[in-house]
Amino acid sequence: MCLGVPAKVIEIRENSTALVDVNGNQTEINIRLTPEVQLDQYVLVHAGFAMEIIDESIARETMQYLEEIMQYE
Amino acid sequence: MNEISQYQQKLLQAIQKVSKSITLMEVCGTHTMAIAKSGIRELLPENITLLSGPGCPVCVTSQGDIDAIIEMVQIKDIILVTFGDMIRVPGTNSSLQEERSKGADIRIAYSPLDALRIARKNPHKEVVFLGIGFETTAPAIAITVEQASAEQLRNFSVFSLHKVVPPALEHIFSDQEIRVDGLICPGHVSMIIGTGPYDILTEKYKKPCVVTGFETIDILEGIYMLIKQISQGEAKTETQYRRLVKREGNLIARQAIDQVFELVDAKWRGLGLIEQSGLALHHAYAEMDARLKFNIAEKAEIPIKGCACGEVLTGKIIPTACKLFGKACTPLNPVGPCMVSQEGSCAAYYRYTPWKGSNK
Amino acid sequence: MKQERILMAHGSGGLMSQRLIEEIFKSAWDNEIMAPMLDGAVFEIPAGRLAMSTDSFVITPLFFPGGDIGKLSVCGTVNDLVACGAHPMYLSTAFIIEEGFSLADLRRIAGSMAATAKETGIKLITGDTKVVEKGSADGIFINTTGIGVIKEGIDLRPSRIVPGDLIIVTGYIGDHGLSILAQREGLRFSTPAVSDCAPLYQLTTLTDKYQQAIKCMRDPTRGGLATVLNEIAQQAGAGINITEAAVPVSEVVKGASDMLGMDPLYMANEGKMVLFVSAEASHDIMADLKKIPLTSHASIIGEVTSTATGMVLIETELGARRILGMLEGEHVPRIC
Repeated sequence: MCLGVPAKVIEIRENSTALVDVNGNQTEINIRLTPEVQLDQYVLVHAGFAMEIIDESIARETMQYLEEIMQYE
Repeated sequence: MNEISQYQQKLLQAIQKVSKSITLMEVCGTHTMAIAKSGIRELLPENITLLSGPGCPVCVTSQGDIDAIIEMVQIKDIILVTFGDMIRVPGTNSSLQEERSKGADIRIAYSPLDALRIARKNPHKEVVFLGIGFETTAPAIAITVEQASAEQLRNFSVFSLHKVVPPALEHIFSDQEIRVDGLICPGHVSMIIGTGPYDILTEKYKKPCVVTGFETIDILEGIYMLIKQISQGEAKTETQYRRLVKREGNLIARQAIDQVFELVDAKWRGLGLIEQSGLALHHAYAEMDARLKFNIAEKAEIPIKGCACGEVLTGKIIPTACKLFGKACTPLNPVGPCMVSQEGSCAAYYRYTPWKGSNK
Repeated sequence: MKQERILMAHGSGGLMSQRLIEEIFKSAWDNEIMAPMLDGAVFEIPAGRLAMSTDSFVITPLFFPGGDIGKLSVCGTVNDLVACGAHPMYLSTAFIIEEGFSLADLRRIAGSMAATAKETGIKLITGDTKVVEKGSADGIFINTTGIGVIKEGIDLRPSRIVPGDLIIVTGYIGDHGLSILAQREGLRFSTPAVSDCAPLYQLTTLTDKYQQAIKCMRDPTRGGLATVLNEIAQQAGAGINITEAAVPVSEVVKGASDMLGMDPLYMANEGKMVLFVSAEASHDIMADLKKIPLTSHASIIGEVTSTATGMVLIETELGARRILGMLEGEHVPRIC
């Protein structure tokens, strides 16, 4: 339904725009929907807009069910 | 094998242990694509079925709407700016790709803001942005419309085909013919609308909903969470995609949608007319509504003979059960939209068919 | 300074045509075969079978990171000859130029054709120029036709492929496609990706050395790796199994593909080759490929099978197998 890619904010610019980086590829996006975004944060980019800030403290590597699965093995 | 692959294998094993017969629906087309691409479906045991839902915006666009756009691009001095997704979708007699070859000015853009740039550059042309997508995309269009309004860019308008997801989910849950035990809910739509709308569904229909991300590991976790709820007889809203989806969603984005659009009844291919499920430009932005600006009348729906996109979109049949699948209808020569869109269920089945045994 | 431009008169066949050829093309490409300026090139060839290949080049933009249409037009034909197992020898070229085209750009393009030809050891021996009215062409179109000599004993074709053969791709894929895409108007992003545009003439040392072991080669240009593998599977009447994780894709290309909703397996390459080789010799062939800078990131990506003939199957990260089809329609950026 909606492709989105995590991108790192590397420069906040005028007029609610920011420069973001995806593995070295850079593009200017609109940040009107995430006005509180700060440098070095990751945002989810869709259609040239930052749609939401990604909470890095909940990285997917936490593997929330690993212990539970191991218990039943 | 790294940690992530090990965890993925563990999740798979846990899922494979379930003996109950369970049918889940992935609502979102991006999930359909990701599931097909990673091969998850092939690795699920036979008692677990994954159906694809109505979550591909291209696929649920009605034939009449596509015909209306094709009529519009034939008007002189119109530049249609569209996401690449729409370029090959067949209308009754033509597609945007065909119209472009006949001379229509149709441009592919990555962001709706690109359409504003084109409008500024071409003050003597009418630039129409083809607005398609669910709640994920609608805020981007809303901001674009606000920007155009602030700039008084009079040669810019939007042809809105935007739709919202919750009414379609309600439609599916309330259809007696569709048996779904739980929903893999769309991660990016939920990032905007939050999880509230699912609470209403889980309460009313007693089916679990899990808001899920798009990486293989996310999807496996989402399926695991759903199966766990079903096995324990629970039906609640849970969020697997916690790094992105907040309970309340993105309030600024929700406001932007509310300010620029208003809810209208909309025709969905396969589902028919669903009340309050479409987004049309608000009265305040009527001058930017391409349908009004160019006086594009609603088109009658001309059903395509033999095409079962409707049944596919509601999960009543899987794509391979359609008579046209892989024969009259292929990605190169699509009959229905489910075969055109990259994330259409038919195209995903066709492109990423799991390989099972002999090809004879 | 006033910029010099191509006029209709440059294509008239008269004095201005002559001057254009003398000043731009001949000065860049001069060699003993072209020198007499006959109606055609007259040349000797060593004994043996010949390979001939033709290709037309249209690209926007004309100049891109890693190359330009001139370099591309030589590499494209050279690589096709190499894929036939031939040593590239002679090249003809024909230009269709739009009225108003910059002479400085034309000089630059002719110069990079000359440089690439020199590096490869192929000679540009005959050419033609036509000028069309403004609007009738997009700047410049270039056709090249090449001739190469195949040493005795070399016979590259899909029908020699048998189950058990291994498949090698000579390096990272998708960079050319991405670097061109990033230059397009409308897609406002920058990428460190650089076109891989390069002449792969050094592969002829391998085709000479491994006459029996190398069965077939093809360069994965438009349509990308997925399309080439499908073509070969069909032509060889064999099945192809590849492992997703073994296909070399840079993080840059992966990231941009995710962003634009595209797939590196379908993106164009202009300096890569796909080799089908016997399993026994694969170790030595890989070792030799790694010694050549342009193919140093070669990877064995899969094998030929006797099942699922005519199809390409790809094993995903999870261990599932799915069908990898050919490119259908345009490969365009999308949002869903």
